[in-house]
Amino acid sequence: MIKLIKDKANNPLKVKIKRNSKTNGINGSPWSTFFLVSPYILLFTVFIALPVFISALLSLTYYNAIEFPTFVGFRNYINMFSVDRDFMQYVVPQTLIFSIIVGPGGYLLSFLIAWMLAQLPKTLRTILALIVYTPSLAGGVLIGVIWKSLFSGDQWGYLNAFLMNLGLINSPISYLTDPRYLLPITIFVALWSSFGIGFLSILSALCNLDPELYEAAHIDGIKNRFQETIYVTIPQMRGSMYFAAIMSITNAMSAGTLAVSLSGSNPTPQKSAQTILVHMNDYAFIRNELGYASALSVALLLFTLLFSKVAGMLFGNKD
Amino acid sequence: MAAFQVIQLNPKKFQASQIKFLIILLPICAVMILPLIYIFCQAFKPLDELFYFPPRIIVYNPTLANFQELFRLARITGLPWLRYLINSLLITIIYVVAVLFITLTAGYAFSKKQFKIKKVFFQINQLALMFIAVAVQIPTYLIVSALGLIDTFWVHIIPSLAVPTYLFLMKQNIDEVPREILESARLDGANDFQIITKFVMPLVKPTIATIAILAFQAIWNSGGASTIYLNSESLKTLPYYLGLLASQAGIQATGVSAASSLITFLPNLIIFIVMQSKVMNTMARSGIK
Repeated sequence: MIKLIKDKANNPLKVKIKRNSKTNGINGSPWSTFFLVSPYILLFTVFIALPVFISALLSLTYYNAIEFPTFVGFRNYINMFSVDRDFMQYVVPQTLIFSIIVGPGGYLLSFLIAWMLAQLPKTLRTILALIVYTPSLAGGVLIGVIWKSLFSGDQWGYLNAFLMNLGLINSPISYLTDPRYLLPITIFVALWSSFGIGFLSILSALCNLDPELYEAAHIDGIKNRFQETIYVTIPQMRGSMYFAAIMSITNAMSAGTLAVSLSGSNPTPQKSAQTILVHMNDYAFIRNELGYASALSVALLLFTLLFSKVAGMLFGNKD
Repeated sequence: MAAFQVIQLNPKKFQASQIKFLIILLPICAVMILPLIYIFCQAFKPLDELFYFPPRIIVYNPTLANFQELFRLARITGLPWLRYLINSLLITIIYVVAVLFITLTAGYAFSKKQFKIKKVFFQINQLALMFIAVAVQIPTYLIVSALGLIDTFWVHIIPSLAVPTYLFLMKQNIDEVPREILESARLDGANDFQIITKFVMPLVKPTIATIAILAFQAIWNSGGASTIYLNSESLKTLPYYLGLLASQAGIQATGVSAASSLITFLPNLIIFIVMQSKVMNTMARSGIK
């Protein structure tokens, strides 16, 4: 091979080599490549990489949006676990509950629904999949409008009217300001709108699996649907499962602010649905402690990364 | 073959064995769609039905009163609704076209070309699939203002042009385009621009459609930039405006806000329904390798 390249200069088959070579066939001039990738790389750097970097820097400062940030070392991170009592008492447990149910929980639901849908004929499947997907199209505003009136705290609220009609409750419950109900309701609404592109990814992967593998698996002694799913289906669609896992985790981490639009206040009533993003917004836009808010955002991004790494270990490529 | 298979994926017709799935799926679908049916009906309810007790989900005597009230409010507040509509349309069109251009060129290069930082950058991009934009609002605001974009039209568009998910989907799908076709085009003297428009684009049409839809959904509904970066009323968008109007509606408020959110939601849904087969086609290749 090396000899071949050395001889390239006076090789009559030069063109042929060029065509087959994986590295230079369509590369063209480096300038052309540069112009193709530079818009994306530039925008990515300025609006994704740089904000994360600045966030990390600001998290080491005291910054109130008026004076220039002053360096305070790791004080913000230490404060997170000492001065800010809410953090360990409300934020961490609620973030964990919320993100585990909406993230991995929603993901499992996505898979189960997609798995059942994949076993239906095409027209029926398309209609039902559309119904499951549609709520994820509803933006934050629409979600607020819908669920605020369904869970409304007066007797015109649909849930209240329904329960009173059945005689289960005597007077209306204000679900959205009651600390006992806010977190479960936020979780429910977040799940309702969570079947987005990750769900579509799983569903289309399921519909495109290779049937011959199932045949082979049955000759090898696979007996039931459970074994089939674990040993044949999932290994074939590892990539899609991983993609969908990342989508559900990011969705779960950013859906926490629903609690604010549902209850109409930040902090949420008695800090009952104070997930980390909500807490961060509280410090950033209400208390103007931007340094500490940045530390919280770094914690949030690290938490997401950790979560996704676990998903990667489960579904990622082993080599 | 079917005799071997316990599971039947992608079946051709309806069989009795599918009923058990329907028994589970139909209630789930009901929960998913009822709130949407409710908001749809709410928008067409007359005043007495909005306050009917006990509340009903379905509308009995549909009227356009809520939409008329929305237009009446638009007239008395004197805010030019046409302006907001044009803003939203312009922003959406420019954004979708620009996102497609950037994603397509970069996706082509990342899939078919060799350059120094390719591997490293694509890894970083894969990491950035987990990026949560709202988590870094503060530095993003600082950057946007340092670039002088505050209170300009472009603030709606530029900060959200690079989307890791779209690049990822585009690259995965361009990977499926046979290298030989592009190489022979190159040998025939085509430049990168011609290769993209004549060979790559026709072969990844479903992906382009999918990214167009996802980008449309992301930008059409977002009133965010209007509240964070803009002071000039004349630069704000339709969702922002409709939200503002709905907040001024008095007794009819629930009906009016239902009507206004329906106006912004429906285009989203209709476009998705029309394009859904292309989306499914693209998502089949969304696996992370």
